[in-house]
Amino acid sequence: MDPKKLARFLMEDIRPGFGGTVCPGDFLVAGENFGCGSAMEIAPMVVVGAGIQAVLAKSFARTFFRNAVNLGLLLVACDTEQITGGDELALDLEQGLVRNLTRRVEIPFQPLPDLMKKIVQAGGVIPFLESDEGRALLPLL
Amino acid sequence: MGQTISEKIFSSHIKREVTAGDLLFSPLDLMMSNDASFPLVLEALQKIRGYTPKEARKLVLILDHYCPSPSQEVSRIHEDIKTFAHQFGCTLYAEGEGVCHQLIPEKGHIRPGHLVIGSDSHTTTYGALNAFATGVGSTDMAVAIHYGLLWFKVPSSIRIEINGNIPKGVYAKDISLHFIAKVTSRGANGLAVEFSGDTLGKLSMEGRLTICNMVMETGGKAGIMPADEVCRAWLKGKGVTDVLPVTPDRDASYDREYSFDISSLEPQVAAPHQVDNVHPISEVKGKKIAMAFLGTCTNGRLEDLAVAAQILKGKRIHPGVVLVIAPASRDVMLEACNRGYIQALVESGGMLNAPGCGPCVGALGGVPADGVNVISTANRNFIGRMGNVKAGIYLASPATVAASCLTGEITDPRTRTTSSPRREKGIRWTRKNWPAS
Repeated sequence: MDPKKLARFLMEDIRPGFGGTVCPGDFLVAGENFGCGSAMEIAPMVVVGAGIQAVLAKSFARTFFRNAVNLGLLLVACDTEQITGGDELALDLEQGLVRNLTRRVEIPFQPLPDLMKKIVQAGGVIPFLESDEGRALLPLL
Repeated sequence: MGQTISEKIFSSHIKREVTAGDLLFSPLDLMMSNDASFPLVLEALQKIRGYTPKEARKLVLILDHYCPSPSQEVSRIHEDIKTFAHQFGCTLYAEGEGVCHQLIPEKGHIRPGHLVIGSDSHTTTYGALNAFATGVGSTDMAVAIHYGLLWFKVPSSIRIEINGNIPKGVYAKDISLHFIAKVTSRGANGLAVEFSGDTLGKLSMEGRLTICNMVMETGGKAGIMPADEVCRAWLKGKGVTDVLPVTPDRDASYDREYSFDISSLEPQVAAPHQVDNVHPISEVKGKKIAMAFLGTCTNGRLEDLAVAAQILKGKRIHPGVVLVIAPASRDVMLEACNRGYIQALVESGGMLNAPGCGPCVGALGGVPADGVNVISTANRNFIGRMGNVKAGIYLASPATVAASCLTGEITDPRTRTTSSPRREKGIRWTRKNWPAS
C-alpha cells in the first residue's frame, strides 16, 4: 500500500478534497479523542502519507496514538482551542511548547515519555529497534 | 502499594515489579491477526531488515472479515496468508471457521494471566478469561512477530463493579451499553478496565466475552474479569487445566471506580452514530427498521442464537425486515443446527451467512439501503460501518433484535409479540400493501 496514494482520502468524509490541500510540513489540528475507532494502522498512515508533520489535538484515541508513534508521526496533546486554520505554528519539543506565531500565544503540552520520544525521533519503532540504541535495549530483555 | 491485574500481568512477564505509567518491552504469549489486518502486517515485516518470523508459532492467523471471498483481490490475500501460515508454522483458521474473537477463546488459546495482542481492536474480548489482551496495529504486529516482544505503557486501571440480579429480558449487551453510556466512548481511553461485582458470577462465559468485547467502545486498552469457577469450568471444557488466576491486590490503585446496580435495568439500545449514544428501550421503541443483523464477535455465540431462536420460533418476521444471521464460528453454527436454532431462525424468514464478520464491517453479505435503519447485535454503529453512510445503525441485544424483527420496529423483548400477520407464503407485494419502513 502506497501511503502517498492514500493521502487524497485524508478526512474525506468531513472535508472532501482536504488531502489535496496539504503541503509537506503542515500540522493537522483537531479536537477530542482524535483517531477514535479501529486499530487499523491505515489511519495514521494516511496522515503520514499526506505529508503532515505533526498532529495536535486535545486528546488522542489509544490505538491511533500507538500506531502513530510506531510510524514516527509526532503527536501533541494540547489545548487546540487557541489555534485556528492557517495559523503559523512552531513546536518546541524540549520545553513542551506550541508557539502560535500568528496569535502570539504559547500553548504548553506534556512532552512524550522518553521511550516514545526516541521511537518517534527514530522515525518509528522499526528504525528505532534497528538503531544502536534500540539494539542495545534488546538483550536486556 | 498493591497491584492491579494489569500491573501483575506485566510484572510477571518482565520479571520485575512494574506500576502504571511504566514504559517497557515485554514478551507475549499469543498474537492474533486476520485477513483485514495481515496484509499490512506483511508490508510492515518487509520494512524489517532480514526479517525472520521466529515467533510465528505464537501467531494465530484467521480468515474471517471477507469470507467467502467476494473478489479476486481478497482471494489472493487469503492465499498469501495461507502460504505464510504454512511456511512459518502459524496456526491457521481458514474461511468458514469463524470470527477471530470467537475462535481464540473457543479453541483454547487463552489462559488467565496471558499477555495477548491482536491486530484488531476488539481483541479486548479475551480479557473475559482473566488475560490482558489488547488491539494493536500492523507495525506492532510485525515487531512482535520478528522480535517476540513489544513496547507497552503499563496502563492505569479503572474499576467497574456490577451488582444485582439480571432482570428478565436484559442481557450482557444491555449491561455493556449501560456502562458505556456512563463511561463514554473515550472515558477509558488507554486504561485497563477491571470488572468486579456479584453480577459477573451470574453471567455465562459467553456473556462475559460480550462485555469485554464492548470495553473497546469505552476506549479501553483491555477489559479484564476475574477467573472464577465458571471460567475454570469453561476452560476445562477446552482442555485448559493449568489455570493460575490473577487477582488484584486489595490496596490496588484505580484511576476511577464505577458501581452499577443492574437489578432494575431495562434493555438498552445505542442509536446512530456513536456507541455511547445509549437510550433505554422505552425511548427508542417504535423506530422503524428495515434490516436486522444477528451475529458478530459481540453477539454471535450459541447463547445469542438461542435467545433469538426462542423469540422467533414458529413465527414469521415482518415482511419489511431483512434478517441476516452469521454465527460466530463453525462450532457455534453446528451446535445451533443440532439444537434447532438455525431451523427456527431460517423458518422465521432469516437468511444465513457463513460464520464470519461480513455485514458488521460492510465487507459482504448484507449492506443496508439508503435511508434505512438497521438493528444489529454488533459492537459499532459508526456512520458507514455496514457499508452505507446513508443508513442508521442501532445496537442492541439478540433478544431486542429478534423482537424487533417481528414487528418491523424497535421492540422491547419483554413485551409479547406475535407473528406478523402480513407475511404469508406466496404473498404478492404491490405499492398498495408494501409495508412502510
